This record gives sequence, C-alpha cells and structure tokens, in this order.
Amino acid sequence: MSPIVGIAFGNTTSSIAYVNPKNDVDVIANPDGERTIPSVLSYVGEDEYHGGQALQQLVRNSKNTIINFRDFLGLPFAECDASRCTAGAPLVEVNGKAGFVITRGDGRQERLEVDEVVSRHLNKLKLAAEDYIGEQLSETVISVPTNFTDAQKDALRAAAKKVGLQVIQLINEPSAALLAHTEAFPFKEDCNVVVADFGGVRSDSAVIAVRNGIYTLLATAHDSNLGGENLDAELVEFYAKDFEKKNKSNPRKNAKSMAKLRANAELTKKTLSNVTTATISIDSLADGFDYHTSINRLRYELVANKVISKFTQFIEGVIQKAELDPLDINAVVLCGGSSYTPKLSSNLEFMLPESVAILGPQSKEASNNPNELLACGAALQAQLLSNYDADELAQALEPVVINTQHLKKAIGLVDAEGNFVPVFLAETSFPAKKTVTLKNAKGDFLIGLYEGDHHIKETVVEPAAKDEQDDESDWSDEDDEPEVVREKLFTLGTKLIELGVKGANGLELSFNLNDDGVLRVAARDLKSGQVVKGEF
Amino acid sequence: MLTLPALTGDISVFINSKASKTPSVRRPVEPVGRYFMHHAQRTLRNHTWSEFEKIQASLNVQRVDESIDPDEALLDDELADESLLEHDPRDWKTADLYAAMGLSKLRYKATEAQIIKAHRKQVLKHHPDKKSASGGLEQDGFFKIIQKAFETLTDSTKRSQYDSCDYNAEIPPPKKGSDYDFFEAWGPVFESEGRFSKKQPVPALGGADAPKEEVEKFYNFWHRFDSWRTFEFADEEVPDDSSNRDHKRYIERKNKAARDKKKTADNSRLAKLIERVSSEDPRIKQFKEAEKLEKERRKWEREAGSRAEAEAKAKAEAEAKAKAEAEAAAAANAKVDKKKAKEAAKAAKKKNKRAVRTSAQAAEYFGDADKAATIDEQVGLIVDTVDDEQLVALAEKIKGDVKAALTEVAQSLVESKKLPASLLSYFV
Repeated sequence: MSPIVGIAFGNTTSSIAYVNPKNDVDVIANPDGERTIPSVLSYVGEDEYHGGQALQQLVRNSKNTIINFRDFLGLPFAECDASRCTAGAPLVEVNGKAGFVITRGDGRQERLEVDEVVSRHLNKLKLAAEDYIGEQLSETVISVPTNFTDAQKDALRAAAKKVGLQVIQLINEPSAALLAHTEAFPFKEDCNVVVADFGGVRSDSAVIAVRNGIYTLLATAHDSNLGGENLDAELVEFYAKDFEKKNKSNPRKNAKSMAKLRANAELTKKTLSNVTTATISIDSLADGFDYHTSINRLRYELVANKVISKFTQFIEGVIQKAELDPLDINAVVLCGGSSYTPKLSSNLEFMLPESVAILGPQSKEASNNPNELLACGAALQAQLLSNYDADELAQALEPVVINTQHLKKAIGLVDAEGNFVPVFLAETSFPAKKTVTLKNAKGDFLIGLYEGDHHIKETVVEPAAKDEQDDESDWSDEDDEPEVVREKLFTLGTKLIELGVKGANGLELSFNLNDDGVLRVAARDLKSGQVVKGEF
Repeated sequence: MLTLPALTGDISVFINSKASKTPSVRRPVEPVGRYFMHHAQRTLRNHTWSEFEKIQASLNVQRVDESIDPDEALLDDELADESLLEHDPRDWKTADLYAAMGLSKLRYKATEAQIIKAHRKQVLKHHPDKKSASGGLEQDGFFKIIQKAFETLTDSTKRSQYDSCDYNAEIPPPKKGSDYDFFEAWGPVFESEGRFSKKQPVPALGGADAPKEEVEKFYNFWHRFDSWRTFEFADEEVPDDSSNRDHKRYIERKNKAARDKKKTADNSRLAKLIERVSSEDPRIKQFKEAEKLEKERRKWEREAGSRAEAEAKAKAEAEAKAKAEAEAAAAANAKVDKKKAKEAAKAAKKKNKRAVRTSAQAAEYFGDADKAATIDEQVGLIVDTVDDEQLVALAEKIKGDVKAALTEVAQSLVESKKLPASLLSYFV
C-alpha cells in the first residue's frame, strides 16, 4: 500500500512529508533539493517552472509568476486582497473568482482560475513526492489555517481531487504543528500551549489546551498582513536608503531593482538567523550601480525591531483572546519560516514569564526546522489514519465525537498543607481518566476532592527597602527597582467528595470522569487491594 | 510528591450532595493525533476504560514482537568451527566460508540481506582493532577470511561457484543396509541436491501417501535433472600469461578437463543416487504391485468375452440336444397315435360301412323288399367305391333319409365316373 503523504500548503512555501518505513518522518525534497518548496508557479513561453526556479523568475518575468495564491482559493473575487500579488502576476477576476492572466508562447493569453493554479501546484508537489518515494500516491492529509471556510476547504479538496489526490482529512495548522512537536518532544503533563505560526505573508496563532493528549482550541488569531515579508520590507528599505545615500540613485522607482533587492534581502534575513554577519552583493541594482554591503545581526534586529515586536504582541493578543493570563501558558511552539529569527525567541522569553517555555529553533526541546512542523504533523496524522478505514474516520469526525464536554474549573485533591493539587485541569475534555499512585502513603488518610479556583497573586519584592510600590515593571533588570513577582495560585472551591482510608499501605487513586460528568473516585490499597469508592 | 492529609474524623465516604459542580462547556476537540483516535474509538464502540486498555496492551505486545528481527535468530551465535580462527588466510578457499560468516545454518539459503547482516555482525566481533584492543595478538587471519567470504558470497557468480563446491551443505544419503525411514532419510538429500537445479521449484520427494502422479513427476524431474553446478571454484590458480603463455594454456586446459571430469562424476553420482532411490522407494513397489494386480484384473476382464461365448455355445448345444430328444420322443408318440388313429379310422370306416350296408335293410329296403338283393349289392358297391370323406358324410346322412342319401352319393359317383350308372341302377 502506498503511503499517505502529509502536505502543508502555505502561501509562501509548501512542504510534503511522509512517514517512511523506518517510522521516521521524512520531509520530501523536490528535484531541486528544496524541502520547503516555494508555492510559486512561473510561465516562460511554453515552459512551466515551479518552486525555487519559479521564484527566481520574479525578477525578470514577474508578470507571469504567480505568488501568494493559497488564501484566494474558494473565495469570491471581492474578498481577495490583491495587494499581496503586486510583486508577481496581478490578481484579476476570472469567472467571479480570483485568477491570473498568464502569457504563454506566441503571446497566447491564458486565464487561470486560482483553483487551477492550486491544482497545478499540488500536482508538482505530488510528482516530487512520487519521485522521492517511488510509488504512486493517491491519498493525502493537508493542513489548513483555522479560519479556512468550508467553501475554501471544498475548493481545496476539489483541486486536489483533480490531480488524483484524495484528501482524507484537512487538519488545522496549529494542531498539525503541535502534533509534530509532541511526537518528538512529548509534554510530561497537561498544559496550555500557544502555537504561533509566522509565515511569509500572514501570521496565525492559537491557544491550545493539551489534556491527556487531546487538543482543544481555546482561541485563534490571524493577521494577514504580518509575516516574513514585513521583515524583508524593513531590510529592503534599509538597503534602499543605504544605496541611495551611496550612489544618489533611487532603486525604489524600478520594479526590477526592487525585486532584486527583495530576493537578496530575504536571503540575508535567512543567513542572519544562523550567523551573525551577512553580505549582500547585487550587480547593477539601479542605474548601472552595483551594490555591495554587509550587515550584522544586531543591526538587522534594530532595523526589524518594529516588526518583531508586532510578532510578540500578536502572541500576547491571542493569550488575551483566550481569556488567559501568560502564567496559564506553559509553552509557546513557534513554527513557520519567520520563527527562525533568534530575536523573536529572545523577545518572547523576555516578555513572557519564566515558566513559559519558548519552543523555537533555538530551544533544545524543539525541532530545528519550525517550517517543517506543519508537514510533519500532517504526515503523522496521515500515518495514523492509514490504520483506520474511511468509515471509521468519517464516524470519528462526527460532531458527537468531536464536541465533548470540557471542565470549566479544575478538580483536584487537597494535600497535607491544605493546598489544592489539580488532578483534572480546567478545559479537560471528558470522558477522562487519571491515576495517581502514592507508594509511600502509610497510615490513615483523608482524600478530599474539590473544585479549584485560581487567581494570580502579585507580590512586590523589594530588594533594598520594603516600601510599597505599585510598579508592574516585571521586566526590570535594575537591582534597586522593586520587582513584581506574579504567581498562579489555586484556592479550594466547592468540596465534592471526601474519602477516608484507614491503615493504608501504598495507595492508588483513580479518577474517572465519565460522559455525563459523573466523577468516580476509587482509592485502592496497593497491598491489601481494598477499595474505597465515591461518586459525585 | 503529593502527601495526603491525615484522617481526623471518622469518614469513610462523604458525598457533598448539597454542592453542585460548575457546569461544563461543550467545545470541539481537534480531530488529530493518536489520543483523539483513541477517544473516538472509545466513544463509538462504547468501550470502557479497562476494555480499551486491554485492547491497547495487546496491540503493544504485537508491535514489540514484530520488531524482533527474524533473521537475527537464524545467524550463528558462536563460531561453528573454532579451527577457522587458526585457518591460514592464504588457503581461504579450503575454509568453510559460510561458517566464517556465521551462516552455517542457512548456507545456500541465505538471502543477500542476511549475508550483509551476518557480515556486519562478524566484523563487529572479529575486527583486528577490536582483537588488539582486548589484548589479543595481531592476528587478522580470520578477519581476512571473513572479508574473502563476504566478497565471494555477495557476488552472484562467485557465490554460485562456491555453492557448487560447498560440500558442507551436502546431506549424505543414508548408508546402504542400515535401518532408516525412507522418506525421512531421502527427503533432505533431494532437497539439498535440488539447489543445483536450473529449473525451480524442485518437486519434493513427498510422503508415503503421495499420489502416483506426484511420484512420477518427482522421478521424471530427477531423471531429466538439469544442473548448473560448476567446479570452477576448485580450479588451480591460472598464472599470469605474461610469463609463459603456453604454461597458462596448459593449466587452463587442465582445469577444464578437471572440471569436466568432476561434472561427469557428479552427474553419474546423481544418476546412481536416483537409481538407488527408485529401487528403494516403497511407493514404487507399491505401484508395481498395484499395476500387476490391475493387469491381472484387466486380463480377466478382457477374457470375459470369449468365456461368455463358450458358455453360450455349450448352452445352445445342450438346448439343441434336449430339443432333438424331445422331438424324437414326440415323433414316436405321434407314430403310436397315428397307428391308433388309423386303427380307429379303420374301425370307424368299418363301422360306417357296416352302418351304410345295413342302412338299406334297416330302412326295410325302402318298400322294395323284392329288390333287396340288388339294393344290398348296389349299396355294397357304393360303400366300396366312396372315399373316406364321403363315407363319413354318408354315414351321417343315413341317419336321416337313407334312400335320398344313398341316391345322392350314387349320383355323385356316377357323375364322377367312378361307377357306371348301370351298376347303380336302383339309385340312379
């Protein structure tokens, strides 16, 4: 049986991945060796270029080079943002949908609907994957943004179908990224995660509650005008100014000069993610002047600071949208090409409390290739689905299965100091089950189950003198300024059940929250096997 | 680690029934990941937690089992022949290369993947670096043999040449005269001989209850055995032709002759083997006996026709005889009967004649008593002249009107000119 591939189809780049027979996730490279394949199609005469080759055409042949087309799929023309395509083939209306007019050989005009463009793109991806795997492919899992409408999903399914790819499931991008991340670096316990996807032209983020391995989206945010291109634009502007100063010639007036600058700025940006200095040299940028300069990372970070702080604000925004405090968040998973930027990770570390792990490419606990996470996640889901038949999958996707009850408040135990220890966190979807084993528990114990409320406690720590100061400058490094320490604390809420255990010799507590929200607690003595049960 | 508070009151189970939980919210979960699929399975199939855990546990066990490499078990754990360690690497051709590779159980059956795996294993164990590190002497002789073996076994031509001369893989036929089970002893022999067949698959010897066609197929195959076995591996080293071309050619010729000789010997060995097997095969004996019985039965059937004919003939003869006897008896009876009938007829005639003669007298001569003598004479004439039929008819008629009857007869006699009318004057 041929494997099911996972496709991450983005505006800027796309990736294909599959789980190889050794059970590793393999991100497939196209014949040019690109693992993240630019979602670009370019036409020169009768020839069709795809990927990196097509991207190069943006300088000389921009009118026949189609870029940033994914988001237009399935949308009426009026809702499409044509400004995205200014650098490439202009967006026009074809049959009420978004489309492009391409000049092929002999000056023949070809009017392409965006659906057709997507089909051609997917076909190229499919061919690359078939070359790589050496088998015919017929089934795929594709990741889509959380705000893709049903019409867009249908259009994507149809476009894939046209090139012989049956879409088994469309999965949300943040879930795909999180799936790929947790497969490689599993979370030890239940947590709340922000998945931030900074792409080329748009940014998406989502707050996901991970409970017993099940993901629940708590909030999503989208910004269709924030992405890696903004970083490029800042850099381009910086170079243009520099060039103008050196040569007294304005490259901004010439589209070709700008295209050259953009291509090189993007390269510089990528280089600076890995090393601290990068050089740029462009022959005949404008008016016959060559351009050559080098830039270090610090300068770049200053230039791009405005955009980077937009990225961090974007993440803060989604946490607020989920009505959570940054302390409620356990980790931020970064994905998308722009998250390679080291400054982004360090800014986030600075902005968010220490308890939040920033899982970007700089972290040891995360993938080195955040731009491949989506494809890997889709591939993992694809492999998982290969164990189930279509019927089972269709049933699993029924609302009755997907829509589950979620706890509003945490449920937990009270410990010896009278503190609340959560067993089921808020937003736990149930039915759910947990077991806690207390091997060293010997004697008589009270097992008290409560609902827990939590609040953020702010204490002001004065390093020198203890004077009251309401300063929320938790970012301050200076020793003499007061520091506000924020903590997340639980208080006991409603008492639910109390169980008394006598003469215990090691205890196993099992908590079972069934479909109807009935909580069953059983305490089993590990030695004698005696069980005390309670149900609420 | 969590520590629970000590029990103060006397509580066993207390349910706070007055309180109510904060109502839950219904939200969609993300349909991705293994845990979601488990959730879906539990929901759709109504599995309880314990049932589901059991299913998962059984699945896990299977996965672990599958991950054990089946090839690993087929490789030798220990070196099959310890003397190989001291074997001179210059004489590598005489070493058991399969044993050196740790493939002594598989031999010609080893797949390419198994050879590669075995080689890797042996190299890890016997690499000279490893040996010297563990304080051993600088002895890389065995390692050289391993490398030679790997080189030979991974090249398909070289491997087939080596397999041809791998006498360790040969299973010797059972000793003549010893007590052995035919099928147990010969089955493996032919299985191993079959590796040289150009035609694959090779039919198996089969069991005692194999049908005749299979046995015939087996022997037909072996009688027409087409072997690829070559003996190049045992060739004498051919010298470089730069030194002495003639000598080289001589060696080559010698090699070829030796090869041909060995090939012929091998073929005749195989032919003898097959001859011996077919003579020992209890099934062939059984089939021969069955054939004999069948022949006899068929002969019996074939002769059934003539036998039936003879029987039919005898029966016909007997019938004919019986018939003839019966006829003879019948004829004799008939003769007697005829005689009696004749006598009876004679008596009847006599009686009729008498009756007719006396009829006139009885009728008192029809009133003509005077002509009694004439009437008697003429009646006497009529009686003597009429034939038997007329007499019978007359005898019947005279019971009525005697004169009329006699007149009628007399007239017919006259008309038929048997008697002249003059003699029957009274009646005519």
